[in-house]
Amino acid sequence: MSRFKTSMLLLTIFALLVSACAGQAVVSQAEDAGKLVIYSGRSESLVAPIIEQFSQVTGVEVEVRYGNTAEMAATLLEEGTNSPADIFFAQDPSGLGAISAAGLLSPLPEETLNKVESRFRSSQRFWVGISGRARVVVYNIDRVEPDDLPADIRGFTDPQWQGRIGWAPTNGSFQAMVTAMRQVWGEEDTHAWLEGIQANQPVVYENNTTIVAAAASGEIDIGFVNHYYLYRFLAEEGEEFKARNQFIQSGGPESLVLVAGIGRLATGKNENNAIRFINFMLSPVAQQYFASQTYEYPLVDGVQTARELPPLEDLSTIDISLERLSDLRGTLDLLRDSGALP
Amino acid sequence: MNMVALRNTSHKLITFLGITRSFWLWFAALLVVVGLLLPLVYLGMRGFSADEQVWAWLLRAQTLELIGRSLGLAGAVSLASIVLSVPLAWLVTRSDLAGKRFWSTVLPLPLVIPSYVGAYLYLSAFGSRGLLQSVLEGLFGVQRLPDISGFWGSFLVLTLMSYPYIFLTVRAALLRSDRSVEEAARSLGNTPWQTFWRAVFPLLRPAIAAGSLLTGLYVLRDFGAVSILRYTTFTRAIYIQYQSSFDRAGAALLALVLVAVTIGVLYFELRLNNRQNLSSPQTHKPPPLVRLGRWRIPATLFILMVLLLALVLPAGMLGYWLVRGLAAGEQVGDWVRPLINSLLAAGFGSVASLLAALPLAILAVRHPGRASSLLERFSYIGFALPGVVIALALVFFGANFMPWAYQTLAMLVFAYVILFLPQGVGSVRASLLQVHKNVEEAGHSLGAGPLRVFIRVTLPLVWPGVASGMALIFLTVMKELPATLILSPTGFPTLATQIWSAVSEAFFARAAFPALLIILISSLPLAVFNLYSTKRGSSYPQ
Repeated sequence: MSRFKTSMLLLTIFALLVSACAGQAVVSQAEDAGKLVIYSGRSESLVAPIIEQFSQVTGVEVEVRYGNTAEMAATLLEEGTNSPADIFFAQDPSGLGAISAAGLLSPLPEETLNKVESRFRSSQRFWVGISGRARVVVYNIDRVEPDDLPADIRGFTDPQWQGRIGWAPTNGSFQAMVTAMRQVWGEEDTHAWLEGIQANQPVVYENNTTIVAAAASGEIDIGFVNHYYLYRFLAEEGEEFKARNQFIQSGGPESLVLVAGIGRLATGKNENNAIRFINFMLSPVAQQYFASQTYEYPLVDGVQTARELPPLEDLSTIDISLERLSDLRGTLDLLRDSGALP
Repeated sequence: MNMVALRNTSHKLITFLGITRSFWLWFAALLVVVGLLLPLVYLGMRGFSADEQVWAWLLRAQTLELIGRSLGLAGAVSLASIVLSVPLAWLVTRSDLAGKRFWSTVLPLPLVIPSYVGAYLYLSAFGSRGLLQSVLEGLFGVQRLPDISGFWGSFLVLTLMSYPYIFLTVRAALLRSDRSVEEAARSLGNTPWQTFWRAVFPLLRPAIAAGSLLTGLYVLRDFGAVSILRYTTFTRAIYIQYQSSFDRAGAALLALVLVAVTIGVLYFELRLNNRQNLSSPQTHKPPPLVRLGRWRIPATLFILMVLLLALVLPAGMLGYWLVRGLAAGEQVGDWVRPLINSLLAAGFGSVASLLAALPLAILAVRHPGRASSLLERFSYIGFALPGVVIALALVFFGANFMPWAYQTLAMLVFAYVILFLPQGVGSVRASLLQVHKNVEEAGHSLGAGPLRVFIRVTLPLVWPGVASGMALIFLTVMKELPATLILSPTGFPTLATQIWSAVSEAFFARAAFPALLIILISSLPLAVFNLYSTKRGSSYPQ
């Protein structure tokens, strides 16, 4: 009898869950003009609050799918012209590049694009940068004096860095930096640099986060990462977290500033809301959110950078159009040649 | 004369009915297999448009090395899992150890920890500068521990996270295996040890084979753990291709190679385990419990050791993250909706996968032959493919040909069926092998139809196997990530996607809570399953 009761209880709970879900489905099918479908390659923990704010301010009903940028891009490519998406919010420009190369994006209005510097947007008007992240060297404060760090990234091929370096050759931002090296230094020098680092037996990590954590624990002494992960570790673990950033101010490819950006799908059904959304993301409110909550660089004028960071205009960064970094093929070949990728 | 004609007609009718009876089985099985073909069709379409560069990459000598690494890791993990799981399963079913139901509930739990999270947790604990090192540094001044990444780290982590495949299937087999054989062996003067090797182990072979096949294929498909632990396998190469070049053609070509490797493994496994029908009449008697005597303490220590490494340690690290984060003012975040979504997905996923598994398993056991064994083997293909491959295949077919089903829960459940079907097929097949045909034929002779016989006679007998299959699928759906991310209805966060989203942005406290919740929630179906399967005497048809 008690087993019967247990079964009935479980069945009832299950039925309730199913009907709750069915109710939800009915609600979301009630369509009206005020809708927007976003595919976000940026993590929910980072962008959900500001998207929510957009929804509240404008009354637009927003649906967001979260995933990683590369898989989202692959999904959009498979969906082709049948994609339900209006907006692709990508972690890096290469995801946007792949989509726009397939002809899936629609040009954005000039006044939207002109809010950011020309290097942070597509010259064909297909996408626009929303927030910036600088390439930096993260180091362990117990093992490295900032003054001992080389003035440019070529210095890390010196044998004194043997076994002390961490990198993430599969990471999109790292690959973007290598593409910038190819543009500025040429193929041969870039290849030499990769081999030089390989000769120092770098420890391979999956992404920026793991590199920052490893630099703090002392597993590695330095690592090549994007700047903004560190500050969240500091927020969660406090000042005894032993990693810090060094902004390499050489003006070379290692001083690259990358962006997370947005493109509008040509097949999207909610064009006006999509433009509104992009404009909102470039508004002072949203830019301030990215500056203070995710520790990224705001890309429009008049927004305060987080006080932990040196302002972008004080850094000598490389002035290269991110659009020029879309040739991933050559970069992957080079990485494979040098044995950094399988 | 009249009598002969009548007998002829009735004979024809029976043959005819026999055909129709299996016709529906064959029909259902074929339907399932057609669903499984979709990803292969997609891979073929994409793969053969790959350009020369990819072919050149593929045709290097290094490719063989990568495949060898994948196979070596899969074999090593399977073997180690057998060594861990068979004694564990035996202890919780056949010994007089206390708390068997509790052990049975917690021992499968490591399976729900996503492999990349598990790998990350082990690295944080045992890495060269991990938690253990910092403790040792305080005590003995140890500066650095040996590196656990690479083959051995991957081997260790994958074994600890996937031994439950074999544990669950072997335990189910022990629960329903014939006790009279054991009693006979004991009464002939065999020691418990001899009894195990002579009477129990041979009966367990199909279950061990099914479980280790799942473990091996799971390792072949995994890229999360090996990526974090820096062991480059073939699947990691496929993943990198998707990840960094948006080159779907190249990735599809590599995935086709993985399919070929899988077919090789399946063929090898088939040769290795020439399958006999191991059924024998069952008894209603409870199992003869073996007194452990002075082995009680080592046995308990063994179980505790496995649990400590595979469950307590990762859960402890998660708890540490959670407490540290909460102390720093982090929020736990919304967890109710993800929890409900996870339960929905895993509930539907496991029921649907099991229903799809039934015709394949029944055909393989009751109508043995080339065709049925081919169909059954075929169900394993999807299991060896990375989830992202299956998901993109369904994106292609869904968005372009079935927009009404695209991004619905039904589509996601369909993906789970493709991904997890063999977990059901393996368990059901192994348990059907132990039910003698005579039992079903007795049912038929009493005039019951095939469906009725199945529900009233066969299902109660194979229930432990069916339930363990469902539990297995439930656990693996709970942690499934790529297909869930790509195919779920828009705005359908699950616990697994919440963990991923938080970990990828270094919000460890936010990741810890849903991860602990997954472990906790998954123990519920296991507890219910144990409640039923250990009282199996009462679930017999009256």
